[in-house]
Amino acid sequence: MNHSISLTVNGARRDFVLDDPRVTLLDLLRERLHLTGTKKGCDRGQCGACTILVDGKRINSCLALAISHDGADILTIEGVARGDQLHPVQAAFIAHDGFQCGFCTPGQIMSAIGMMNEAQAGNDPERIRECMSGNLCRCGAYAGIVDAVLEAQAGADESNQRRSA
Amino acid sequence: MKQFDYVRPATVAEAVAAAAQPGTMYLAAGTNLLDLMKGNVSRPDRLVDVTHLDGLDRIERLADGSLRIGALVSNADLAHDVEFAKAYPVVAEALLSGASAQLRNAATVGGNLLQRTRCAYFYDTASRCNKREAGSGCDAREGENRAHAVLGWSESCIATHPSDFCVPLVALDAVVEIEGRGGRREIALDDLHRLPANTPERESALEPGDLIVGVRLPAAAPGFAAHARYLKVRERTSYAFAIVSAAAALRIENGKVAEARLALGGVAAKPWRARAAEDVLRGVAPTVDAFQEAAWRALVDAKPSGDNAYKIELARRIVVRALTLAAAGTPARIPALPASPFASSGAIHV
Amino acid sequence: MSELNLTSAPAHLRHGSSIGQPLTRRDGVLKVKGQATYAADNHPPGMLFAVMAVSSIARGRVTSLDIAAAKRHPGVVDVMTPDHKPQLAVDPEIKTNPFVFRMEVLQSSEVRYANQPIAVVIAETLEAATEGAVLLAPRYETLPALVGLDAGESFVPPVVGVGNPAENHRGDVEAGLARADKQIDAIYETPPQYHNAMEPHAIVAHWDGDHLSVDMPTQGLMLSLGRIAELFGIAPDKIHIRSPFLGGGFGSKGLMSGPPTLGIMAAKLVGKPVKLVLRREQMYGPVGHRAPTRQRLRIGADAEGRLTALDHHARTVSSMFDDFYEPAADASHTLYAAPAIRTSHDAVRVNTGTPLFMRAPGEATGSIALESAIDEMAWACGMDPVAFRLQNYAEVEPITGKPFSSKALRACYDQGAERFGWAKRSLEPRQMRDDSGHLVGWGMGTATFPALMFQAEARAAIRRDGTGSMEIGAHDMGQGAWTALAQIAADAVGLDIDRVTFKAGTSDLPDAGIAGGSAHTATAGAAIHSAGAAVIAKLADLATNDERSPLFGAGNAGVIARDGRLIRRDDGSRSETYTEILARAGVAEVEAHGTGAPNPAAMDEYAMHAHGAVFAEVKVDPELGQVRVTRMVGAFAAGRIVNPHLVKSQLFGGMIWGMSFALHEEAITDRRSGRIMNANLGEYHIPVNADVPPLDVITVEEHDPHVNALGIKGVGEIGITGSAGAVANAVWHATGVRVRRFPIRIEELLTGV
Repeated sequence: MNHSISLTVNGARRDFVLDDPRVTLLDLLRERLHLTGTKKGCDRGQCGACTILVDGKRINSCLALAISHDGADILTIEGVARGDQLHPVQAAFIAHDGFQCGFCTPGQIMSAIGMMNEAQAGNDPERIRECMSGNLCRCGAYAGIVDAVLEAQAGADESNQRRSA
Repeated sequence: MKQFDYVRPATVAEAVAAAAQPGTMYLAAGTNLLDLMKGNVSRPDRLVDVTHLDGLDRIERLADGSLRIGALVSNADLAHDVEFAKAYPVVAEALLSGASAQLRNAATVGGNLLQRTRCAYFYDTASRCNKREAGSGCDAREGENRAHAVLGWSESCIATHPSDFCVPLVALDAVVEIEGRGGRREIALDDLHRLPANTPERESALEPGDLIVGVRLPAAAPGFAAHARYLKVRERTSYAFAIVSAAAALRIENGKVAEARLALGGVAAKPWRARAAEDVLRGVAPTVDAFQEAAWRALVDAKPSGDNAYKIELARRIVVRALTLAAAGTPARIPALPASPFASSGAIHV
Repeated sequence: MSELNLTSAPAHLRHGSSIGQPLTRRDGVLKVKGQATYAADNHPPGMLFAVMAVSSIARGRVTSLDIAAAKRHPGVVDVMTPDHKPQLAVDPEIKTNPFVFRMEVLQSSEVRYANQPIAVVIAETLEAATEGAVLLAPRYETLPALVGLDAGESFVPPVVGVGNPAENHRGDVEAGLARADKQIDAIYETPPQYHNAMEPHAIVAHWDGDHLSVDMPTQGLMLSLGRIAELFGIAPDKIHIRSPFLGGGFGSKGLMSGPPTLGIMAAKLVGKPVKLVLRREQMYGPVGHRAPTRQRLRIGADAEGRLTALDHHARTVSSMFDDFYEPAADASHTLYAAPAIRTSHDAVRVNTGTPLFMRAPGEATGSIALESAIDEMAWACGMDPVAFRLQNYAEVEPITGKPFSSKALRACYDQGAERFGWAKRSLEPRQMRDDSGHLVGWGMGTATFPALMFQAEARAAIRRDGTGSMEIGAHDMGQGAWTALAQIAADAVGLDIDRVTFKAGTSDLPDAGIAGGSAHTATAGAAIHSAGAAVIAKLADLATNDERSPLFGAGNAGVIARDGRLIRRDDGSRSETYTEILARAGVAEVEAHGTGAPNPAAMDEYAMHAHGAVFAEVKVDPELGQVRVTRMVGAFAAGRIVNPHLVKSQLFGGMIWGMSFALHEEAITDRRSGRIMNANLGEYHIPVNADVPPLDVITVEEHDPHVNALGIKGVGEIGITGSAGAVANAVWHATGVRVRRFPIRIEELLTGV
């Protein structure tokens, strides 16, 4: 049975005919749309490498059926930078060496962006560590990740202040 | 993953009708179900997707002072709802101690109630498991079982219920609203999950086609807000299931416990309400001695199901600590490490 | 894709030399934008998906597979089985060289371990291939599985690790123990651990006639190339492997294993490109792991706290069909100046996938046992753990008597202890608490790892436009080869880093050896350095032999290369640009090769090791037994630091692995079935962000003229050693409970605290 669905992916509307309801958002992105920035580390919601934003919220795309997300607005790592202009979180990850092999990095960055949207951790390193614990990093780049998030958060706070001033 | 038919009903009534067909399962966020399907533990022929149903994603205060949480409210939305966290802090703390932020954003209230056990033998389809396949046997009983049940288990099954959320809910007398073929009904959450006895494959009181549409917290529940904590011991600081957890909630009046609520997680096939322990505390001063007596009562029937005798002692200590923390007062803000023994930490003395 | 669009932005200021500068990763922009291409990100046209079916028994035989059921599933194209597969040119069971990993590539129906590949389903979609593998519903004839360190008759393996003797001794251990005032006799156990790189093993294989194109993460391009050529009976020059990025390796992508071979076979079978990616649970078997150990340490010390003897025995396991023996006891060879040392190993065979080198193989397992035992002895002698280690400081390598090529370990102890505030530590355990009542413990451990060198080649060129290139088939698995080796290359050819094209990561480039043994930067770096020197020498010949050059007559050794110029060594005012030299000579470019290799004479004369000291603070809940590491400081002396920014990250990573070793990681095997019950990332615990405290790394200055031309010792693995023991010792110091079975579990602390 074929199902027609429509998604907004990184700002562009995409209509598909899905020939198989088993396809997850992750496999749709990677194997059908060839947006391979989003990574598959475990396929079971246990590592966070597949983190994307769906309607502004970070989720594990491996545990989400594409068909069930008909109409969703999806942001992946490919849609974060504006051309050559890196997102502040991306730039901070480079500056603070928030990765080594880089495989978990798209998920870490999407998770960090999602976390900043959630506004629960603020600039408290302990809360950031807790709120980023859904993203495993086997290389052990956690210290750099936390520093990167702190810097990006500080930048966001500053621009918010400027805006409200 | 087995091939399945996908149905997306427009109304609850349509959903219930669609689920009548054998081999059908409801799909909400899928954070547990898809995992089970990928592991071939669940192989439904048909999924009825309830995520698009209207009206199930609301948190509503009802006229009688109770609170209805729609089954499709996400774990994160509930925990981060400021009013909710203020009135039911122990529930919010439990929610935030579970899984990861990503999973909490997706996972629903209804789905959390129906999480399946993490028993490795249930997940491993090459093992015998009475829960997965009735009558096949239990490989956990003589297997790697240091995390298994110490209360309410049977020779047929020693699995535990993994939910954090359910533990404070059952302590606060939550009620589950169900839409079924016979219309709407409700049962106490404490009656939703079943102990295994000889039929561990029957995990809940739900009948085929039943759909959980909401959870209700009674009007009395916010009365515990000032003295309520969830505490969870686990093998990582975060993103791990409980070895043992406890929700403790006290109503303290004039220096005495007017009413106590206590439930344990990770110890049984259901969130374990410890009523005998609650009785011990009623009318007494909130002292460590009283809490120790309560802990002893809470675990009096516990027995190891394998290499897990330590869980009984651990559970006693968690009960004492959770009650102590509750008596000390709910913190103004949920700690940076929710439900962790390291929620507070300070300067070092040599 | 061996040439990447690399950028160093946001770059840091440099001062003449690239080596030593804290450049940010040159592949950073690609990685943060999701544009770094890992093997599984490739999609050649017409590609099919292959999924392995793996055995659920650990020993026996597959008696049937429901191939028809799998083929009935829409989209399934073919099912590869022992009866239906392309023939290999050589028997995969034959070890043609010591670096051959025996693999299961459907050569028979025999099952030797759980999660062994038993069939491969190839389909048009991933969903179809995945379900097709389930529908095979294998039936088995099952034999009792051999499980655990006591599974059978033990034997002494011919070698342990990579070519080390299983037994070693110096002096009379029994006599040393007999004259000791204090003795420790303790048994430590370490569990099986799995590499669990975040990137699962993956391959995209594409045959075009007898040409084979492969995308695959590998830590050894040339080893893989040679093995593929041999297995498929084709010439190496018909194979092209791309491995620009590895999503972590840690040893598990070092040798060609079964799964990628099956991917190549599947592509051959169906005549189309095929992608095969391991499912996470399938990584617990065919791609190596760290074997469990049981180690007995007997240590003697005299009344002054001087060691009289050190006896370290390790029991480990290997598979039923291949040999890799975790060389745990060898950790006792180098650190402590016992006059008598004996190390020995024995092993049993079990139904497991073959163990393999996993980040600090032997060093990590041995270190946690040795550092625990040394800590126990320090306490027995009533001495501070650092003071005890200094009392037994090895001025020469104890097992060989050789001097060290360099050893700044004293400075590591001093600087680490100072930064940590070690002086305030109570000698007795269970004396320290924090404001919340948590027990606080401070522990430390010594880190060490050999400074190894393998073989590598590089090709350098300088072009008339004033740019250069450096080519080497090096591997970046996260350690930062794209950056650190490019820094070495820039200095080697005397150019700014942005003027050097650095190519790496494909099999058509010069052999960079293997990215392992913490030796890749040293080995590949030495080759790059020598290629650079050779190409500069050619350029210098052109200039110094030409009367028209201001450098005429300076002689080859009389010029130095800097900023794209050759400059007279004795007169800095006389110089010439590369462009000028090449233009006048009418040469488009000069090219030269270089090699990196160990220096046998230096190895004969010196013991070569990196060293370090790690200090850890833990807090333990006194009633609940939950442990949290709250602080770690590591001070390491590892020769020349090519890029301090990246080195810090490597050392942090190692320290986190050490903490994980002490507190988290363990594969749990069902004693009856031999199946791993936590073959996933949910229940096989590696640290999450919240587990990792603020970390501090000090790199202690160390100049080593002997290890290699650049004085590099390597930092990839040393961080684990010392750290695991430091955390374990801190747990003891917090609680007074000495746990000798790792990881330390709550139940072991509950009874004590």
